[in-house]
Amino acid sequence: MIDRPPNPATTDGGAYPISVRDLIVAYRSTPVLWDIHLDIRPGRLTAIVGPNGAGKSTMLKAILGLVPVSSGRIEIFGGPYREMRRQVAYVPQRSSVDWDFPTTAIDVVMMGQYGQLGWFRRPGRRERENAMSCLTQVGMADLASRQISQLSGGQQQRVFLARALAQAADLYIMDEPFAGVDAVTERAIVELLQRLRADGKTVVVVHHDLQTVPDYFEDVALLNVRLIAAGPVAEVFTPDNLAATYGGRIAFIDAEAAAVASARSAR
Amino acid sequence: MTGSGLSLFMAQLSVLGVTFDYTLRNVLLGSAVLGIVGGVIGCLAVLRRQSLLSDAVSHAALPGICIAFILTGTRSLPLLLAGAAVTGLLGALLVLGITRGTRLKEDAALGIVLSTFFGFGTVLLTQISRSGDADQAGLSRFLFGQAASLVAGDVLTMSVLGAVALAIVVAAFKELKLSTFDPAFAASVGLPVTGLSVLLTVLIVAAIVIGLQSVGVILMVTVLVAPALAARQWTQRLSTMMVLAAAFGGVSGALGALLSARISGLPTGPTIVLIASSLVVLSLLFAPERGLVWNAIENRRAARTMRGTQGASATGRLGGSAGFDIPAPVRPAAPQRGGEPR
Amino acid sequence: MSFAAIIILTGALTAISCALVGSFLVLRRTAMVGDAISHSVLLGIVTVFWLTNGSRNEILMVLGAGTVGLLTVYLIELVRSSGRVREDAAIGLVFPVLFSIGVIMVSRFPQTVHIDVQHVLYGEIAFAPLRRLELFGADLGYRSLWVLGGMAAINLAFVTLFYKELKLSTFDRGLAATLGFAPLALHYALMGLVSATTVVAFDSVGAILVVAMLIVPGATAYLLTDRLGVMIALACGVGALSAWGGYVVASAYDASISGAMATVAGGILVLAVLGSPRHGVVVRAWTRARLRRRFDVRLLVAHLAGGSDPDHLSEQFRWSPSTVRRTLDLALREGYVERRDGDRLTVTPAGAALAAGTDTGR
Repeated sequence: MIDRPPNPATTDGGAYPISVRDLIVAYRSTPVLWDIHLDIRPGRLTAIVGPNGAGKSTMLKAILGLVPVSSGRIEIFGGPYREMRRQVAYVPQRSSVDWDFPTTAIDVVMMGQYGQLGWFRRPGRRERENAMSCLTQVGMADLASRQISQLSGGQQQRVFLARALAQAADLYIMDEPFAGVDAVTERAIVELLQRLRADGKTVVVVHHDLQTVPDYFEDVALLNVRLIAAGPVAEVFTPDNLAATYGGRIAFIDAEAAAVASARSAR
Repeated sequence: MTGSGLSLFMAQLSVLGVTFDYTLRNVLLGSAVLGIVGGVIGCLAVLRRQSLLSDAVSHAALPGICIAFILTGTRSLPLLLAGAAVTGLLGALLVLGITRGTRLKEDAALGIVLSTFFGFGTVLLTQISRSGDADQAGLSRFLFGQAASLVAGDVLTMSVLGAVALAIVVAAFKELKLSTFDPAFAASVGLPVTGLSVLLTVLIVAAIVIGLQSVGVILMVTVLVAPALAARQWTQRLSTMMVLAAAFGGVSGALGALLSARISGLPTGPTIVLIASSLVVLSLLFAPERGLVWNAIENRRAARTMRGTQGASATGRLGGSAGFDIPAPVRPAAPQRGGEPR
Repeated sequence: MSFAAIIILTGALTAISCALVGSFLVLRRTAMVGDAISHSVLLGIVTVFWLTNGSRNEILMVLGAGTVGLLTVYLIELVRSSGRVREDAAIGLVFPVLFSIGVIMVSRFPQTVHIDVQHVLYGEIAFAPLRRLELFGADLGYRSLWVLGGMAAINLAFVTLFYKELKLSTFDRGLAATLGFAPLALHYALMGLVSATTVVAFDSVGAILVVAMLIVPGATAYLLTDRLGVMIALACGVGALSAWGGYVVASAYDASISGAMATVAGGILVLAVLGSPRHGVVVRAWTRARLRRRFDVRLLVAHLAGGSDPDHLSEQFRWSPSTVRRTLDLALREGYVERRDGDRLTVTPAGAALAAGTDTGR
């Protein structure tokens, strides 16, 4: 189709964890995503990067079937999301929920297993033990019975990540998990991403800190309503592509990031 | 469960020399049922920030009662309540429609539905009374509530309706909880989030309909909001909150009805409102951890500790997330709590 | 003046007093605070009535109820700022308490028997022609016209004098504060006037229908215009119209006049919701359909530019064949697509620009 970006997929056959074809999403007839064509490669850490209003969160929501799409096809491991739901774990933006809700950290993690439990069945001892081990993986075991409003922003984010772990999925979709977290949590998230990768899981993260993209991720998709470029960070994360993604703004907003990017691509 | 609790409560009261005749039993049971159901469902309404929706819905129930009366000419409670449920739901739907479909905001939508439905209700009510129908006196009990007018059949209707509503909450507890706390995540695991919202609105209408005869349309909002607010201060778990709210609601309802039956010129609705609201004030002040008095004491102790161990952080609000200004209870400085665990 | 004229005029003055301050409630998203005030002023009225052994001194009533109104606003803020209760729940908690105390006082104290429950709820606008204002023995005319006319004048003076400040603090409270306009003081002044207006309107329309007069005309006007001054004037007009219409309806059906006023106000609102030239449901639906068609054309042209087969489109977009045909016709007519060599569809340069254009409407 029209100036299609290079297909990031290099691997053979098999179904991609996420395969997006000709995707158009509009809000009140204004395009939010225009003609997106993207394959997420299995077993890799992929960042979705772009300016505010670029449609990053909308992209995730379209993948999860949470917003109606105008046209196009999205497949998860070769099937529609509805059927592949159990292979997907979702971490929404932390600010999207009410943290004064009367519930504890471990209870939130157990919610990750509601999808597998199905209607009417209550979580039991097995679910609790599983949730506990997920909390342990994010270093939150000793705060399990803490009311969620008494957790720091970073701790809340780690509870959300533990909930995603409890979903025991193959594909992890995270909306800005690094937003507003402390250094300890940032490190914990990075370690978790590495561990997921080592286990052969696929992780897609909406990310807004350009500086850390090359350190944390292998693949990157640059998005600004259209998909500007997608592929391995070393090939795609170039000053030219960033300028195309962020327009002229990159020059003064994130000159440093561009410098980082160009230094990397020169290497 | 609630039945045995109630009879225990009554037994204690009869020790105090209060006798229980047939009418009083109905009044107490009916008001307790309404308090229990309102308390449980109110928890979800409050957590979804729909406290005032219940106010609008209860006002919107008035024309439904009148229309049901005009159409059928009966005073049969189930029919009147069915009418109330229809216009109540219509009101809730209109609030949603106005908020989504026009540039008006939710507060205006609530005020519009509340006042115009109620206005239309008063037109019908005065119309009924001026057409010389003696039954009109029976309808005005729905304004401020008149628990004394409850008969055994009414209590049965309310109990059945309440039991169904509670059974739905219990059965779909996990789903209602998740879709209230995190709707986007709930949708991603396949829950019908919109359907659950509709279900909750229907449950709110059911709770209101149950209380119309005891508390009346104008003050019904308290039965949903107050027990939930009081319960919220005592616990960090939704299930416990619901049980507590049921208890607070049941006690407020029964006690209010009892006082109103015993003391002349004490209308039931306002009495229940004052008792339930007193529970909220007590809870806000004295509940452990979240109570304001408790917090003040903790703060002073924390300040003392801070003076002792200089430099230690004494804030209980660990970090804090943007947009949520609800302060966590401030605890004495405890490094193992304040620090990030590794 | 005829009875009817006095009742209508009383109703119109009530509605205008309410609309002047109510427009700001709608704009400030505090309509339900107005609802709370209108309920709780009952306590102020009853307290004054009780303390003065049943006098109907309007000045004292306004002061008493104004105090309770401000108390309501203050208590809601107090409960909210405890950090344990959100604003909507705080409103739902506070006003029933004050209203309940008022209702219990009405039913308990013998001095207050003159206020009955019916009066509290519907007001007594039908009695307006019977009450006259006497001062030092001189008959000055109809009491309700003096009281409500005075209230309307005070509200008009307030809105006119502080127009700029109200506008700014409603639109941008932070900026108003930095410019030294004391938005908090202005807020309490506005709420005080809402309380006072509620009290004097109480006699005519009762506790709950005051809410209709406060909110519905302002909301109607908000749907009809984007200019504050015009909105306030329109709100007053809608309020007065509701008063007149309400009287006509009520006399036709022998029903509560105040209830009929609220109902008519609701009817006018429905008309505005549907037919407002800029914000009405009809116009919005039409605009949306037009945007939708333009968007569909762009979608279609983009897919043709990408080499898709037009027959393929109906399954691609889940469009009906007729939608495909209509959209294609529109694209042909607007010159984005043309038929070449008989039947082959070709995207024109204009079409290619439309499909490739990075201008996405933002």
